[in-house]
Amino acid sequence: MSDKKEPLLHVENLKQHFKISRKFTTKAVDGISFDIYEGETYGLVGESGSGKSTTGRSIIRLYEPTDGKIIFDGRDISGKLTKADEKYLRTNMQMIFQDPMACLNPRKKISQIIAEGLEIHHICKSRAEINERVNDVLDKVGLSSEQATRFPHQFSGGQRQRVGIARALVMNPKLVIADECISALDVSIQAQVVNLMKDIQDEMGTTYLFIAHDLSMVKYISNRIGVMHLGHIVETGTTDEIFENPIHPYTKSLLSAIPHPNPIVEKQRKAITYNKDAEGVIYENGHEHVLSETHKVLATDEEFAKWTK
Amino acid sequence: METKSVKRNKSDRVLYIRDLNISFKTAYGTVRAIRGVRLDLFKGETIAIVGESGSGKSVTVKTIMGILDSNGVIDSGQIIYRYKDENGEEQEVDLVQMSQKDIRYKFCGKHIAMVFQDPMTSLDPTMTVGKQIMEPMREHYHISRAEAKKRAMELIKEVGIDNPDKRFKQYPHELSGGMRQRVVIAIALACDPDILICDEPTTALDVTIQAKILELIKDLQVKKGISVIYITHDLGVVAKVADYVAVMYAGRIVEKGKINEVFYDPRHPYTWGLLSSMPDIDTDSRRLFAIPGSPPNLMEKIEGDAFAPRNPFALKIDYREEPPMYDVGGQHRVASWLCDPRAPEVEVPEELQVRIEKMKKEATIYE
Repeated sequence: MSDKKEPLLHVENLKQHFKISRKFTTKAVDGISFDIYEGETYGLVGESGSGKSTTGRSIIRLYEPTDGKIIFDGRDISGKLTKADEKYLRTNMQMIFQDPMACLNPRKKISQIIAEGLEIHHICKSRAEINERVNDVLDKVGLSSEQATRFPHQFSGGQRQRVGIARALVMNPKLVIADECISALDVSIQAQVVNLMKDIQDEMGTTYLFIAHDLSMVKYISNRIGVMHLGHIVETGTTDEIFENPIHPYTKSLLSAIPHPNPIVEKQRKAITYNKDAEGVIYENGHEHVLSETHKVLATDEEFAKWTK
Repeated sequence: METKSVKRNKSDRVLYIRDLNISFKTAYGTVRAIRGVRLDLFKGETIAIVGESGSGKSVTVKTIMGILDSNGVIDSGQIIYRYKDENGEEQEVDLVQMSQKDIRYKFCGKHIAMVFQDPMTSLDPTMTVGKQIMEPMREHYHISRAEAKKRAMELIKEVGIDNPDKRFKQYPHELSGGMRQRVVIAIALACDPDILICDEPTTALDVTIQAKILELIKDLQVKKGISVIYITHDLGVVAKVADYVAVMYAGRIVEKGKINEVFYDPRHPYTWGLLSSMPDIDTDSRRLFAIPGSPPNLMEKIEGDAFAPRNPFALKIDYREEPPMYDVGGQHRVASWLCDPRAPEVEVPEELQVRIEKMKKEATIYE
């Protein structure tokens, strides 16, 4: 899917530091680079505290990036935004959040919640047009238009997440950042939501940045995956490359930690542990090693030789 | 295909639940959360209760602990708990007949301990870790502070936390999520309980840490010979830890049996759905199976089988009458009309069949 054309989103050496006190700065994201092409899904995985959510939030400019470049659809959106760029960003990039109860205003009907973006940006000419678009998008995510007049608390968790998706899609965005959007749902509902997101992608050609800590779900939806640890992307590649031929020990430990629903095997298997300090890995010293056009690993020369042996 | 055989002898029962019915009185009406649950727990055994949120798995264990919400009413049923008292004599009590206060005073924390989902909310942020581990021992056994401290240090080491002297004086916010959950486990084990209840102990943790915590609980269980009840919706976790599984749906157990019976030979369409919707990292299928629809509202009266509206294999009788528990051999029990001798032959969905065959093949390596 990723032809050698201009990427929709180009992130280069992005840094996001938070100053905690005069002496201490948290380097949540410390120099990461990746590209996302139109129509594909890029999965970003890692444990909590690895900086994957911060990356998503920096890209959509909920934070001021400390350093680095973000090019979205040919526009630089990393520095101070011009009015036109800001409008372009706010209408063409959308986000789906983790907790569907916390991100929906409990005092608004879902039709109002979904229509809010359209109203703020004066995208539709008339009320009727707004209603039409809201009903269209509700239909797309599998809710009926009668449900539009209900409040968020009247829905189940899976339905609420559908509302969150509808709110993002109503703007016809080019890029959707899904930040742990299925982690709070039950397993059977997770499958429903993932399938829905794939169907929408097939139909509308939306591009996703899919942030999650659950590698097994990421496999189903992503074309390419980036593995993050402590603010660095330690390995990136196509889904097959990451699952068939993981190089970095952190990727291996993540893969081995996924429990398999096979009782006899699972009772014998022990997960691989990875301790960065015990192995003496310092990410700052490493540089990118290219295995194939898409598969890249962050390592020093010695580490790379050791891991690929 | 037996892994470890826990003998399910009647004399080894620690806890058994019979025909438990629980409802909640709410402003909108009565919710029938638990509808006739029957379950046995044996000594040294791990059972897992699986189900979606709202299926009643948490309510069941909360009743055992005597921490049912105040609007909850136990309509009928028995929860018999067997234990040895201070003099080493066998005792049998019905927890349903006891007041919640009595359960909490006599059993909760002492004989039956619980580990909750989120370690940060179950720990007291204003107390040091050491003090919190000492608290249950001081409370239940009235031992001296020095002795309690000695035990607490041992426990900290036992749950795999290094540097116990330093950790003893630290507060919960100074520890990582995985460490906090280890502390919670240490507190639960402080009074040498017979039964440990783990309510989604790893849902709030990362996958890498999840594996370690599960291995820890397993090691401790083998060492101390306690019985563990897991509550989870992750079938991967179940496969890793459980000897026996009970699948719950809408307040009823729809399928139960030894783990290998249920995982390699599932009979209930809901179990089929759950197993199929597990993302499998080995298959290349680009689409995930999803159970259509959502769980029923327990406020309304349920006619027939609660799963029927979501069940592509539903028979006519499923809409009229609730299926009884069928014995399908071994320990395996299924509440589905499909197991009735009069029912038409229904094949397990092909994709799941392929998956089970593959699982069995992988398993042969380990036997």
